[in-house]
Amino acid sequence: MATMSKQQIGSILAKQGILVAFVVFMIAFTIANPKFLTAENVLSVVRSSAILGVMALGVTFVVISGNLDLSVGSMMSFSTIVVLDLHDKIGPALAIPVMFAMTLSLGALIGFLVGYLKLNSLIVTLGMLSAIHGLTLTYSGGKNMDIADKEGTWFGVFGQGTALGLPVPIQIFVVVAALLGLVLAKTSFGRKVYAVGGNGTAATFSGIRRARTVFFCYIISAACVATAGLIQASRSLGSQNTVGQGLELEVLAAVILGGASLLGGSGTILKTVIGVLILGFIKNGLLLMGLQFYVQYVVTSVIIILAVWLDIAAKRGRLWSQIA
Amino acid sequence: MAQGMRSKALKSGAIWGFIVLELIFFSVAGEFLSLSDKEFMDAENMLLLLKQSAPIGIIAMGMTIVMVNGNIDLSVGATFAIAAIVLLDSMTWPIFAGLGDWVIPVAWLLALAVGTALGALNGLIVWKTGIDAFIVTLGAMLAYRGIVFMFNGEQPTSHLNWTLVDIAEAKFLGLATASWFLLIVTFAVWFLMAKTVHGRNAYAIGDNREAAVNAGIRVGPHMMINFAIIGFLAALSAVVFYSESGSVNPNDGMLYELWVITAVVLGGTKIIGGAGSVIGTFGGVIAIQLLRKGLGHIGADTSTVNLVIGLILVAVLILDRQLNMRGKEELKV
Repeated sequence: MATMSKQQIGSILAKQGILVAFVVFMIAFTIANPKFLTAENVLSVVRSSAILGVMALGVTFVVISGNLDLSVGSMMSFSTIVVLDLHDKIGPALAIPVMFAMTLSLGALIGFLVGYLKLNSLIVTLGMLSAIHGLTLTYSGGKNMDIADKEGTWFGVFGQGTALGLPVPIQIFVVVAALLGLVLAKTSFGRKVYAVGGNGTAATFSGIRRARTVFFCYIISAACVATAGLIQASRSLGSQNTVGQGLELEVLAAVILGGASLLGGSGTILKTVIGVLILGFIKNGLLLMGLQFYVQYVVTSVIIILAVWLDIAAKRGRLWSQIA
Repeated sequence: MAQGMRSKALKSGAIWGFIVLELIFFSVAGEFLSLSDKEFMDAENMLLLLKQSAPIGIIAMGMTIVMVNGNIDLSVGATFAIAAIVLLDSMTWPIFAGLGDWVIPVAWLLALAVGTALGALNGLIVWKTGIDAFIVTLGAMLAYRGIVFMFNGEQPTSHLNWTLVDIAEAKFLGLATASWFLLIVTFAVWFLMAKTVHGRNAYAIGDNREAAVNAGIRVGPHMMINFAIIGFLAALSAVVFYSESGSVNPNDGMLYELWVITAVVLGGTKIIGGAGSVIGTFGGVIAIQLLRKGLGHIGADTSTVNLVIGLILVAVLILDRQLNMRGKEELKV
């Protein structure tokens, strides 16, 4: 340990920086408030992070493939409103698959535009953010959506239920994370996603169908958004039609905090999960310290920028940029 | 060659063609659908439109510089809100109590200075750390918005100064103060981008940063100045708007960055940098405001506006791609 050179420490810090930061935070918050690291508190943090987390898992695919998805927030509002509306019209058992189909077709549209037509993903999803928001408002007629009979439905199980001692939202988050983690790390599709994001031209020349890979990344993202919408709808059994507004940026923050590069080609599901948990625990820790709710925004963004800085500083081997 | 020029003219003229199309459509549709008896293309209505375009338009001019540079700024909405709070709150500070109405220019300068400083801070971070501007300004957006909420919670910050309202509501040569500010800023930024070394460097850096560095352009300070300019313009936009309204909600300016970027992209500026024009952006701003107003005129609600603007943005992108592809084929021949 004593013989470890400064450089080695630096490289460990850079590789596992986000984990190190996570541990430091947890220790600091625990010292500041003993209530922080109790099972009850940890469970409540993970539970409230589940919606953001599930969305971040899907966006991880999109970001690794070298694209962005700014439409997930308004898409989540859409699926929440749709499933709540259909619940009373055709019953929950039918409403859920129909909602998934509708959300997936939005994802397919974006995937088509970005994948096959090769349009800039930032602008396309920016446009879709606005368009889907309009769609949601039109669909709901500008009104909030509520389930009429809140007592007599089993629909609340996804957001409020507990099974085997664990809240259902956490279980959904864990299952989706495990599933997508396997897809990304162990399947040929996962490798294609990295290849397309790392070097699209090289990927095309080695016979990977770039357009198709990007298309399916957006399908996965939309499926995650639909799942998040389901949890959200089920948790409150009623919703405003702007429920997901602004979430796209928080989701992106979590993914970046996990260490995925916006240039594509890097990032993992595990890192995104850590990014989501860090955001959740910071929010919670600051609140427990008695700080104002809004302080978390400032702290979070400082941490994001420091994390990204650490990451690229390690890659180029020096702290300050070479920009003249 | 002639075809190449035609494609270029088609591209730069597209936004104005679109505006004309909007005008015709809303005038005709208004005859059948509008609830009011007034014509849509009423001179008064068009002047009002110019005034209402000012808050987004002034920021969009700054965004054009930053995007031509190959960067982006997502924090403008939050900077807008901070500047508004500084403007309205500083007028009540006890140290300025003896100034009388001279507090107005002081408050203006303070708000503009804060906006410029926040923008410069973004630029400094982009320059010194080398982090992508998208991430830096995404962080700044969250942080600045957090500061806005820390200042007064969910409560609005209000202060009405009647002299200030009189200035804001004054009209000079038939145009409202806000319209004048929009026109002056448009002209100033056009001059900066088209006629000065700084403007030429902005295009050069956005087009090919390596080449710009090799040509001896100091890219870092250059980008920082541009971020300071957009911060200044975001604050100016707030100064113009809140001088009249006198009350700012902590949510004000949210999603402005999206509107502004939409206007700039509609105006033909490339998101990857190196291309774009201030006049095009002005057209984009007018086109969006026309759309909002026109849809309102024929009785559509805000949801339709969002839907239509989103779809138009995507459509413009597809159109632009088709035109570019045709351009490349011409090159081959």
